[in-house]
Amino acid sequence: MVGLATVFGAGGGTSSYREIEDTDVIVLWGSNARFAHPIFFHHVLTGIRNGAKLFVVDPRRTASARWADRWLGLHVGSDIALAHAIGREIIAADLYNHAFVEGSTTHFDEYRAAVEPWTLEHAELVTGVPADAIRELAHAFAKADRAQMCWTLGITEHHNGVDNVLSLINLNLLCGHVGRYGAGINPLRGQNNVQGGGDMGAIPNKLSGFQDILDDDARHRFEGAWNCVIPPHHGKHLTQMFEAMERKELRALYVIGENPAQSEADSAHAIHILEGLEHMVVQDIFLTKTAELADVVLPATAAWCETEGTVTNSERRVQRVRKAINPPEGARDDTAIITQLAHRMGHPEWDYPDSETIWNELRSLSPMHTGMSYSRLEELGGLQWPCPSNDTLEPSFLHGRLWADDPTDRGQLAPFSPVAWAGPVDQLSNDFPIRLTTGRRLDSYNTGVQSGAIASPLRQGETLDLNPDDAVRLGIEQDEVVLISSRRGSIQAPVRFDSHLRPGLAFMTMHFPDEIDVNVLTIEANDPKSGTAEFKASAIRVDKLHAQANSNVDEHMPIAGE
Amino acid sequence: MNMLHETPVGLPRRAVTLQIDGDDVKVPEGSTILDACKSHGTDLPTLCYGDTLDPVNACRVCVVEVEGSRALVPSCSRPVESGMVVHTDNERARHSRKMVLELLGSSVDLSAAPRVYGWMQQYEADPSRFGDVNTMKTVRQPAKVDNDLYVRDYSRCILCYKCVDACGEQWQNSFAIAVAGRGFDARISTEFDVELPDSACVYCGNCIEVCPTGALMFKTEHDMRAANTWDEDAQQQTTTICPYCGVGCNLTLHTQDNTIVKVTSPHDHAITSGNLCIKGRFGFQHVQTFARD
Repeated sequence: MVGLATVFGAGGGTSSYREIEDTDVIVLWGSNARFAHPIFFHHVLTGIRNGAKLFVVDPRRTASARWADRWLGLHVGSDIALAHAIGREIIAADLYNHAFVEGSTTHFDEYRAAVEPWTLEHAELVTGVPADAIRELAHAFAKADRAQMCWTLGITEHHNGVDNVLSLINLNLLCGHVGRYGAGINPLRGQNNVQGGGDMGAIPNKLSGFQDILDDDARHRFEGAWNCVIPPHHGKHLTQMFEAMERKELRALYVIGENPAQSEADSAHAIHILEGLEHMVVQDIFLTKTAELADVVLPATAAWCETEGTVTNSERRVQRVRKAINPPEGARDDTAIITQLAHRMGHPEWDYPDSETIWNELRSLSPMHTGMSYSRLEELGGLQWPCPSNDTLEPSFLHGRLWADDPTDRGQLAPFSPVAWAGPVDQLSNDFPIRLTTGRRLDSYNTGVQSGAIASPLRQGETLDLNPDDAVRLGIEQDEVVLISSRRGSIQAPVRFDSHLRPGLAFMTMHFPDEIDVNVLTIEANDPKSGTAEFKASAIRVDKLHAQANSNVDEHMPIAGE
Repeated sequence: MNMLHETPVGLPRRAVTLQIDGDDVKVPEGSTILDACKSHGTDLPTLCYGDTLDPVNACRVCVVEVEGSRALVPSCSRPVESGMVVHTDNERARHSRKMVLELLGSSVDLSAAPRVYGWMQQYEADPSRFGDVNTMKTVRQPAKVDNDLYVRDYSRCILCYKCVDACGEQWQNSFAIAVAGRGFDARISTEFDVELPDSACVYCGNCIEVCPTGALMFKTEHDMRAANTWDEDAQQQTTTICPYCGVGCNLTLHTQDNTIVKVTSPHDHAITSGNLCIKGRFGFQHVQTFARD
């Protein structure tokens, strides 16, 4: 979201799912959509059947990669190197869109200089992707009339996640693959309302509708509607909050629908910080591990089926959630809890009879939501922002202005970002020679609070997935429980052989933290701009529980990635 | 609910005029006779027709007479032509429909197929002319209950292949099921007839979504029917948004006694076209009142 907002001024995917079906080249980068976003992948499959070429860029040969024309299996954390090599090749082969670059972008010369060292051969050394495959992707992407760049947490969950995003956006700018039907840039959101949280202003630097909190006009409109003074400075994102908690500057915490005791990298450290708070309130539908640490727990209703409201999806579509069942006794709607708190804090004027009243207040303050009445949302199956008008609809893609004939109509031009590559913080060494990356399985979700109740025949519990050759070298058998250690801690898990992992690469999920807490291993190396931790790249070692095993154990494994 | 695709792809379609039961009806070129009947307000029975699938012409229950055509034609697949004269309810069409319903009803348990009972009455179909359906070999096969999410009861299967198409290239592309055997031995099967947990099934339930007869059924529904507690008249349907990833799939929650008993997705919503994944289809247990602690 930060990367897109930096370049285009709006933190949202630029295309719609339907456009994936009508494009010529689809790049899934750091995204296993077949498992993590299965119904989005249906649109990809339709695109493939309509003739699109699919490239999947992922360290693992995932279920999505099996549908690709070409899988580029790069080393974990070498994304910028690969993106820069693609950009350099497109420029060197003179395949870039001169008219778009000259008329609609800025900072091209800096970008060209930044990618200049990244020859195909140099990139092959750093990324592990054969030069021919890089060239093939570069040429297909640049020659396509329409192309889509899609990514997920494989790009953002790095210490330089925002730079990763920017390096991909550069490629779309280079080829003019943005602002047209079928050509665009799409982050696939991991949670059902992560986009909506941003839309509504639940980010430290924006008011609702992505209006800057430092913008006096915007702030004054909100102050007028709310009859209060809004402090004109940025708040803290989650990582900055944890840092402030550690320094004892932030001493009380109100956690709504989040489980940081299990979802944060280096979870032992996170729990220690939470325990040091003077006061913590947790509002959730379950007594989570975080709630167990709280002073006060406020039982909430499940937003998606026990309350009325809206959520926003990955294609910026605002849709209605509706109450289908009554909540358990004692559980209350999030807004009821928050307004009750406001009353106790001396604001009895906070009074909203229903969710539509709250929504209509938002519509009056956020121009991009103004046209989204409940009745229109109902009638049209949801509406995509921006939707400033009550009568008309905007195109399904963003930033068409960049193609305006008259340069003055193009507005703020899109800047290239000459970012620099930096590998993972947690470096491989002889002591920690295996690269561990994390992700999701098809039938599970995040820390398993919701998905754990599915009686899924697919579920196999947490495993350490290893390349079979690596396992043999270590003298480890399938299903054997091993000791897995990083520089932060150790856990035990059974091993599963997976020949879709390249040698030196291991995989775990974060779905079963109560049994096996993988975030004991992960590193809290946070992106300074987004606050996201580098869940995707830990350096680990794997040891047999009983050291007498066999002599191969002493042999060092190959170092992957660096 | 109508999703607007803001940017049209393809050329606008010409209008075609045809006659249905004596009335002139104008529909876009490329429509089927069934589409034209719907726009005319004529209700035809269908079983193998799926609004999200290509027609398979398997069940023949929607046949109509088209003047000049030797055989009756399946309305679900035949495109309209200008000047076509269609009879949906004359003696020949009604007689054929009655026979089809009797043949299906005498070899398949249609008790969980919505609306079939009404059609049987409408067309005076009497499947018992062909024997007691409950003694038929096709009906006496036990339901396959090999996992906790959904049940395959092939005593209810009319071999319409919609599940195969939904699992295969038309939607899910998992290819976990196909038609095995030929002729009287034809049946829907996993590879080598293995149990579902050993098959390529990913439990999206997109086959359940399209099954017209209840041969594929949520285990909750199967168990409630067995316990005689399944009561569709007492159920509500509420459409909301899936609580998992950010795609924003619409879920229609079927609730009975404040409990979610089944999940479907609107076929006319462009995000899902009725399709879900295992999380959206079966991931509701965490809010069932007994499970919250």
